[in-house]
This record gives sequence, C-alpha cells and structure tokens, in this order.
Amino acid sequence: MTSALSLKGLNKSFGPASIINDVSLDIAPGERHAIIGPNGAGKSTLFNLISGLYTPTSGTVSLNDEVISGLPAHEINKKGLSRSFQVSNIFTNMTVRENVRCGVLHSLGQGYAFWKNIGSNKAVQEKTWEVLEHCALTDKANVPAALLPYADQRALEIAITIAGGADVILLDEPTAGMSNTETARAVDLIRRATEGKTLLIVEHDMGVIFDLADRISVLVYGEIIATDKPEGIRGNAAVREAYLGDEALPEEVA
Amino acid sequence: MSDTTQTFQNLAPSAGAKFRQRTLPILIFAAILFAIPMTGPSRTFYTIAHQMGINIVFALSYNMILGKGGLLSFGHAVYFGLGGYLAMHAMNWIEAGSGIWGAVPVFFLPLVGFAGGALAGAIIGWPSCRKAGTTFAMISLGVAELIFAAAFMFDSFFGGEQGISGDRMNGYEMFNLSLGPIDEVYWFIAFWTVVGVIGMWAFTRTPLGKLSEATRDNAQRVQFIGYNPQRVRYLVFIFAGGFAGLAGGMAAVNYEIFTPDALSLVPSGFVLIMAYVGGITYFVGPIFGAILLTYMQSMLSDFTEAWLLYLGVLFIAIVMFAPRGIAGIVFGFFDGLRGDNPGRFLGRWLMRLAGILLMLTGLIVLVEISVRWSNGYGEVYEPFGLHLDITSVLSWVLVILPAVAGVWLTRFASKEEDGQ
Repeated sequence: MTSALSLKGLNKSFGPASIINDVSLDIAPGERHAIIGPNGAGKSTLFNLISGLYTPTSGTVSLNDEVISGLPAHEINKKGLSRSFQVSNIFTNMTVRENVRCGVLHSLGQGYAFWKNIGSNKAVQEKTWEVLEHCALTDKANVPAALLPYADQRALEIAITIAGGADVILLDEPTAGMSNTETARAVDLIRRATEGKTLLIVEHDMGVIFDLADRISVLVYGEIIATDKPEGIRGNAAVREAYLGDEALPEEVA
Repeated sequence: MSDTTQTFQNLAPSAGAKFRQRTLPILIFAAILFAIPMTGPSRTFYTIAHQMGINIVFALSYNMILGKGGLLSFGHAVYFGLGGYLAMHAMNWIEAGSGIWGAVPVFFLPLVGFAGGALAGAIIGWPSCRKAGTTFAMISLGVAELIFAAAFMFDSFFGGEQGISGDRMNGYEMFNLSLGPIDEVYWFIAFWTVVGVIGMWAFTRTPLGKLSEATRDNAQRVQFIGYNPQRVRYLVFIFAGGFAGLAGGMAAVNYEIFTPDALSLVPSGFVLIMAYVGGITYFVGPIFGAILLTYMQSMLSDFTEAWLLYLGVLFIAIVMFAPRGIAGIVFGFFDGLRGDNPGRFLGRWLMRLAGILLMLTGLIVLVEISVRWSNGYGEVYEPFGLHLDITSVLSWVLVILPAVAGVWLTRFASKEEDGQ
C-alpha cells in the first residue's frame, strides 16, 4: 500500500518526559487529514517530528514510502514536504514578493546560485506571481512582510508553504487568532491551495476541521485515541470523554 | 498568456524605477570618480581618496555578512589582511619574475587578494558559520586574536613586526599605467572600487544573495523552503572574505607594505564602525560610512588629538538615536520632503539639526579644554580668538549653555512630532 505520509511507532521524549507515545498513522495521497486535541497534547511536537525539526526517539516517518525521519529539515523539504507554523514565521524585512520568491527558488532549480540574476529568471517571476495570486496577495506584493495585517501574514505563511510545490502540506493552526470572515477566507484559500495535495492540519476551530477534513485523528497526551471520518469522531464516546469534556462538537456543519 | 506575462512583470519595479534606483547611482558614482583627477587634486587628496576607495570595498564586504547576512563579526580584518598579504607576496613574485608570475600585471593583484580572502573565509568559515548569533561573534573574535598572534610566529609569511614590503612598479604595465606616480595609482584604485561596488551589488541580486537576507530574517524558515541555512551562511562568508581580500589587495598595491597590524582587532573594529555609522540596512550605507570615517581619520586627527573620542561619541549616538545610520538619515530626509507636510518636516528637522550642533558645541569645548588641561603643558583652547581656560567662567558657560539648549531643542522637536 502506498501512503503519502506514514508514521510508525513514533516516540519522542525530552529527558524523562514522554511527549509522543507510539503514534502510528497512514495518510493516503490526496487526503485532508486533521489532528485535534487539547492544549499540550503534543500536536506541534508531532509536526516538528514529521518536518525534521526534531528527531524521533524511536519509530519512523515515511514520505511516499521513503523513510525521512533523521534527515535534516531542508532535505525533507526538498523531498516534497512543506509546513507552516503556528506563529507567523516569515522573512520580516523582505517584501511579500521577495518572501514568496525565496519559497519558489529551490523547486525551480536555482540552488545556491551566485552567478544568476534573480530578477531575470522568467520561470521564477511567473511562479512567484502565480502563488501570490493564488493567495490573493498580488496587491500587497511590494509591502514589507513585517507591515502586513495579521490575516495577510497568515496568508503569506501559507503562500511560502505552498510556493515550493510540495505534495504534502502540513499546516499548524492556520486560522488561529482570525475573525470569522478571515477564517472563512483562510479556509477557502487552504482548500484551493491544497487541491490535489495531501494535507495534514492542526486546528482548534472545530468548524474548520469538520468542514475541511476527510479524516480526523484525536491526539491526547501524546497518543492517538481515535482516527476516523468526521461523523465517526463526532459519535465517538472516548473522544467526547477524553477531549471534549463539556464542550460539544458541532452537531451540524454546513 | 500575454496577460499573465503582463501581470507578473508589473509586480517588479518598472524599468524606469530600476534605472533610477540601481543603474543611475552607479553611473553617477563612476562619473564622480572619473571627474576627480580633472580638478587637479593635491597629493593629500589622492592619499585620502585611495584610502576611501579601499575602505568602501572593505566596509561593503563587511556588510555582506552584517547587514545582509545578520552575522556580527569582530574579525573581518583577518580576511582583508590575509588577502592583502597574499597580494603582497604575489607582488614580490612578480618582481622576481619567476614562472607565470612574470606575466601577471600588478594591476590585477586585487584578484589575488580576493582569492586569498575567499580561501581564508572558506577555511575559517567552515567551523564558524555553523552557528549564528553570539556564538558566531565569539568565534570571530577568537579567530581574529589567533591569526594576529600567529602573524608574529610565522615570520616568513607575515614578516614579523616590519611586515612584508614590495615594489608595485614591476611586471607588465596594464593600461599603460606604471603605477609609479600617485595619479596613476588613482586609476587603479578607482577601477577596483567600482568593480567591488558593482560586484557586491550584483551579489545582492542573486538567489544566494536573497537567501542570505532570508537566513538573516529567519534561519528556521529557510530550512522549510528547502535550503540549509548553514550552507547559505558559509557561502556568503566566503564571498565576504573574498571582497575583503580584494580591498586588501588594493591596499597592498597602494601602500606597498603589509604589517600584522592590518589584521588586528583595530581595523576589525573600525570596519564595524564604518558599516554601522553608514547604515547597515542599506547597500550604500557602508559607502557613506567609509567616506566619512576615512575623512575623519585623516583630517580630524590633524585638528584634534581627541578625535577617537569624537569617533566613539558618533558611533554611540548613531547606535542609540539613528540605528539606520547616515544612509537612514539621508534617505529619511528626502522621504520626509516628499511626505504630506514637507514644511513642517523641514522645520522640525532644522530644529533638531540646530539642537545637535549646539550639543556638539558644548561637547567640543568640554573635550578640548579637558584634553589640554590633562596634558598639563598649560596649553589653552583658543577657538575664534577666545581664551578658554579651565578656570574661566566663560569656558563653562560655553559647555553648559549650548548643551542644555541643544538637549531642550531636540526634545522639543521630538515632542512636536509625537503631538501631531
């Protein structure tokens, strides 16, 4: 069986503290998979393990059936896995256009070139424009990233993430701190930007999750207690007990 | 398709803007360099101009790692010095005329310096570029001390305290320049200054140059666009070392001597100050800084023995009150004039300028009186025919009054700004 992303017996401990316990998960190509769980469940740690920021204590991560755990983050990115961050992680002193342009460089074979003019490569300009338009950022192209409004910074975060053309996209709370209208726009952007790609998303907004995800995994204290389709998760008694407490899952999602 | 082409090109600055912002300044710079000899300058002028050219290239190379790369180095003179030493040896090889060196014109020695600086950068940068931030700064300091100490141990390469000297009037005469008279050396310096400036400007436009800025802003994110930030830093460091070596090669030909002092902490600190005072967030900043500080170094030291003190005050003032440096002040001034209310802006600006000049007056009187008093020769500071003794009331009035008035005026100007 081929899976876009596969975690097998993944463990991560920091000293005596075990943050991720025996997590196994298979995500099919093209699937939109969400991870939910209470604060401190280890969602961000899991992302850091997959994207290569941390090395697993034991277990493996495979991308398209190739083991990637243990590789440095930039090598993993080159193999087609890209991620965004919970806090905006952008190149603050550069313009929006330059941010995205940096994101497309590698996929267009620019490497570490010091003999090419970045401005005269047509493919780079075209791809940059394409990504900017995709993320509705063309009118802010020459604004320094640090001066962008918050919602646009989040959009830029996604733009950089998808700019390299990775097949597997990890989004860490893309709508955190957004208003309702901004969230709706962000969900729309995510849907368009990850068309035909594999998406793994961590999110707190249940509306977004149930709207977007094909399958959901619930992570509690570093363990996955359930993986199922949204309807299954909604009806899962263990999930309700462990994670939701008195807060109810939305019964109806438009 | 043609629509797409149209739109994506619109995002970049227009051709006119590119010409104004990029090509034109370099043309003007080259034109000024070309025009200078026509004014029949003095020997002193040439001497200072040559030092400026060398420092412009040196300071720009430093800013490749500080301003564009976000790496604070306390040992950049190491690459200037090692490049310069190699060029100095090459000059002697040319004089000996052995092997291929007989065919190499002295004019191209800065390229030897570039190679030497880049090689030193490649060797020293390998361990030191693994970490940024404080670690990098500390390693650079350690390396600078190490190389300086080594310079007194390996006499055959560094020549001990006397250094290595040579004669530039040997070998093939490029462009019919014997490089003997100072006005012929001028063309050599001008040529390599322009080459250095254009080369380093072009570097900022390459993928690697842009990745350097990205790594400065956010090294972690660089990993997630598929690049290794350590490798970006390392490659940039090699180039910065190379261009510092180019400046070293220029200095070798200009002075015909290199001593271990050239790679000590003193020039390393001076290049930091030049770049920072000029403004590290702008490409041209270090050029401004190099011109001003070289001038101060050469001319101000004739006027006052306390010039290093003024230099220190200038540096601290820039760090505290104008972190974008002289370039920031200059461009900020023109931006303000183009702003909503140029009259009001100009008024405040002049008020602030007056305030600064007043504070400076108080400072100068204080420093000059103190220096003479401290020397104990009974010398008295006599500007404009005044007799400013340390015991005279007038002296202290001239210290305190301008200082207080200056502080008040600048604060008033700032308050006006906040109030609007």
